[in-house]
Parts: sequence; C-alpha cells; structure tokens
Amino acid sequence: MNNVLVYCELSEKNQIADIALELCTKGRQLATRLGCRLQAAVLGSGVKAAAESLYPYGVDDVFVADDPRLAPYRTLPHFDVLSKLIQAQQPQIVLFGASSVGRDLAPRIASFLRCGLTADCTSLEIGSHEDPKTKKTYENILYQIRPAFGGNIIATIVCPETRPQMATVREGVMKKEVFDPAYKGTIIPVAVEASLAAADKAVEILSREIEEQKIDIKGAQIIVAGGYGMGSKENFQLLHQFARLIGASVGATRAAVDAGFCEGERQIGQTGVTVRPKLYIACGISGAVQHRAGMEQSAKIISINTDPDAPINAIADYTIIGDVMTVIPQFMACYKNNLK
Amino acid sequence: MSYRIVVLAKQVPDTHNVGADAMNADGTVNRAALPTVFNPEDLKALEMALQVKDQVPGSTVTVVTMGPPRAAEIIKDARNRGADDGFVLSDARFAGADTLATSYALSQAIRQLGPVDLIFGGRQAIDGDTAQVGPQVAEKLDIPQVTYAEELVAIDAKTITIRRRLERGTECVKATMPVLVTVTSAADDCRFPNAHRMIRLAKDEVRMINADSIDADMDRLGLKGSPTKVKQIENVVLAHKESVVLEPTEAALNELTASLIKEHIL
Repeated sequence: MNNVLVYCELSEKNQIADIALELCTKGRQLATRLGCRLQAAVLGSGVKAAAESLYPYGVDDVFVADDPRLAPYRTLPHFDVLSKLIQAQQPQIVLFGASSVGRDLAPRIASFLRCGLTADCTSLEIGSHEDPKTKKTYENILYQIRPAFGGNIIATIVCPETRPQMATVREGVMKKEVFDPAYKGTIIPVAVEASLAAADKAVEILSREIEEQKIDIKGAQIIVAGGYGMGSKENFQLLHQFARLIGASVGATRAAVDAGFCEGERQIGQTGVTVRPKLYIACGISGAVQHRAGMEQSAKIISINTDPDAPINAIADYTIIGDVMTVIPQFMACYKNNLK
Repeated sequence: MSYRIVVLAKQVPDTHNVGADAMNADGTVNRAALPTVFNPEDLKALEMALQVKDQVPGSTVTVVTMGPPRAAEIIKDARNRGADDGFVLSDARFAGADTLATSYALSQAIRQLGPVDLIFGGRQAIDGDTAQVGPQVAEKLDIPQVTYAEELVAIDAKTITIRRRLERGTECVKATMPVLVTVTSAADDCRFPNAHRMIRLAKDEVRMINADSIDADMDRLGLKGSPTKVKQIENVVLAHKESVVLEPTEAALNELTASLIKEHIL
C-alpha cells in the first residue's frame, strides 16, 4: 500500500527531534485524509525508546534501523538505508525536516528516485490536479505550498507523475500535537548490513562540537523584532535594551541578518524560525511575505514604521507611524511609567 | 600531485531588486526582467576551490554554470578572481528545469570533463533557497557529499577535511575524493578580481555548451525532465486586520502600554 512516510531525525540527546513530531502531526492528517497508514523511519543507534515515543502522534508503523554506524548522522549510511526502504515500501508521500540533516538527505534521495522535492513548504494539503495541457486529472495529489520568488506570491507545487511526492518543512511551521496518548503502532526492524558495508567508508567524522543553544526565540512570549529599517548594528542594540526591559526576546528579518545587524539564529520567517508569541513588536520591518509566514500567527502585533503603507501594518493590531529610534525610547519610557 | 576542481555557480536575480514583472504567466521566473548577481554562496565556494589550488599548485579550477548566454558574466568574473576556465550550459532545451533536471544537466556536463577530484558549490542560491542541486549532482555522479561547509581544514593526497555546520554546532569531517562540497555564507569571502587577470583575459570568450554536447537523455532535461510543476501562483492577499494607527505621541503610547499591561500582554 502507498502510505505517508516521515523521516524522523534525532536530537543530540537521541530523542525524536521536534521537527519530526511536527511532521508526524501533519502526516497523521494527510494519512487520515488519504485513508492510508502513517509510517515513520527512525535511523540511529539505540533508538527503540525514541521510536516508541512516536505512537501518540498517530504513527502506525515505525521502521527502525538500529546500528552504531547510523549515529551521528552521516549522509551515505542514511541515504543507503532510507532509499532502499522507500523502494521497498513505495510510499506516496515522504516528508523531511528542512534542517541541516533533512536538506542534506532529501535531495539526494529525490535525485536517486528521480522524483520531485519541494523545499521549505509552509502548508501541505491534498487535492486534485488537472494537467493544463493533457487535461488528465489526478486525484489525491499533495499540494506543496510555499512562498516563492521575490516574496509576493504563494506557489502551489505538484508532482503528478512521479512517486513519492516529497517535501521539506522548516521547524516550527507545523504544529506538534499528540493525536491519541493511547495510540499503538508497531516497530518494524530494518536490516542494514547490506546497505552499510560500502557506504560507511566515504566520510569519517573526526570531531563534533555541539553548542549549547544560546539563542532560542521559538518559545518566547514576547518578541521584539527588527528589520532592515533599523539601519545599523548599533541601532539594533536598542532592541536588546527594549527586550530586556519588557522581558522579550529579540528577533530579526532576513534582511537584517543579511545586513549583519544580528545573529542568524534570530531570523524569523520562511527560512528562519516560526514564532507564535502573545505579543510581536515589529520595528522597522516592511513585512515581506516570507517574514510574515513566520510570525503572522502572533496573538497581537504592533508595527513601528515610518511608512504608513508597509505591508506589515495590514496584519498589525497597532501601527505606530514614526522612526524606530525615536518611538522605541518613548515606548520604553511610557512602559516604565505605567508599571509604577 | 594536483587536483581537477569544478565549481558550480549560478547567476541569480538580485532578490533585493524585484519588480512586478518578475514572474511569467506559467509560474517560472522571468529572468530577463531582473538585475543579476553572482550567487553569494557560489562565490564562497569559488574561494574554497581557489584555496585548494593555492595549497596544491598545478590544480585547475573550472567553473560550470547553466543559464542564458549572459551568465557568461559570472564565468568571466570567476576567471578574473583566479579560476582557470569555465563554461555556460545554455540551450532552450535546458529551460524550465527544476532542481532534478538542473542537476542532471550539470552532472552530464561534469562527466564530459573526465575524472574530477573535487566539486564545490554554494549551499543554495538566493532565488530559490532549495539547497538541492549540490546533493543531487553528487548523487548523479555517485560520489559522497559534504554539505554546509564553513571551513577548509586540511587537504592531502586523497582526502579533504572540512568543518561543517550542524543544527546545533559544527563537526569536522574527512572525506575521500572525489567528493562534492557545498559551502555556506559563513565561509571565507572570495578574493577580489585581479587587475592583471582582467586585462589579460578580457578578450577570452566564454564557451557555450548546448544539450547535444553533454551526452544527455533529452527527456531528462528542462521542463520535460522536471517532476515538479507549478500548479498555481497566487498573489498574496494580506490577512487584513483593522489596524489602529497611532501617532507617536506620549498620550497615545501611554494609553497603549497601559492597556497592554492591563491585559497582561506586557
């Protein structure tokens, strides 16, 4: 049967990574819609507990490849095991995280299988597709939806003729939700010996340096985010002061990160993190669609911008028209006064 | 000992300067309407290739790109910066290619060069951000890949050692050649064009290669060889909220902060 398969990457603690749980949540919806099984692939070493932790997310079958040569992640061992598994199982859909692992592995798999792959999807749906030239209709096709080029369009990509249909999704874009705490799936061991004999030699990991996560804006309740309109790295310091005062985390647009105003870990949007804080204060942000994709689910949005027509204002609850370098200190002063 | 090195590069629309005519009706990019630049991470890849050449004199660096004839501009730029030669895969039959068809064309072109030791490319291009072509070329050539490279650590007779970015941290890996390496923006900036080279190479034409000269299966090229189809393009309709517009007066900001505090949002 042609099922939905999620490649589940592991965290440094050998647990299922959040992105994989988010994909399983989405995968469960797709599998239910398609009337097929949700399957997961867990490749690593000592991963039985991690594999079983997937059941509450509605996973029916967990393919487990357990071998020391599969951890830490290296491209070719995972490629060899997963590509053989996909060839044997013939899933109709395969989902990967758009992480440094998923973005390394998925394209190599897609190339091998000669199938399509859409990167950084912000939405996945099932629907029909009629080929504009042949008028042939395809039912139950995966709509791979993502903002595209330049930022002012949303593209729906389909792969009508090739299987599996593959997509990557950034962490935080989909919601992670337990489907049923009592859900029971099955572990299906995968034989790896034949795959790993040759693949093991090509690339050797000499050392790894895992950094403590210094910046994590994903879980922040309040976010103060700066765009290119902040003007400089020095001006960006004001956002840090502002954030310290009101107990917020500092985020940024891609333009601000590219301009060197702050660290890449702070980037919010389609190619950064997706956030859902209770308050989002957008400072000098025009509001490209890629940025909005990462923050528009914030409960309340305040925009501070000199441009009354900035696209971000259209999704803001409050728009303060003015220069960030003037308005933010004013805002801070008023906040302090009102706390007294 | 010397190496045969290929750099994969792309001339990309400058996404900071996008106009309304940037897209064609069929959902492909209207490249003619846009100013172009050398894809930034491909320049970093070129620098890493040139660093290998610095360390191992006698090595050659060939830059390969696919695109319209004007993509020759980046080949010239790369030569001025130190690449030995390069060519453009340019043919209407390549047009409309997604990453799968692109990687097929590039890999066939690389095969025509004979044995290659190292292939460098940017991790991703700024017009699509897919990061797919590098790993796909590696698969098609059946060689290992090292993605997200930040630093060339060492090179010896048969291996290259690279520091690469992980989700949380970095790792140092040693790969046996031939290998394909994709390079991120954290790697060293590319050296500037050299004035002597610019003068010396100014009149050297850039080779154009068409689909007939790469021993390709025509069904695997261009739009025809691309499994991904654009079903629909929608202009973004902003979820429109009734935004309360405030002038930055003390009274207005006072009221706003007071109400946010009262609602336990601040």
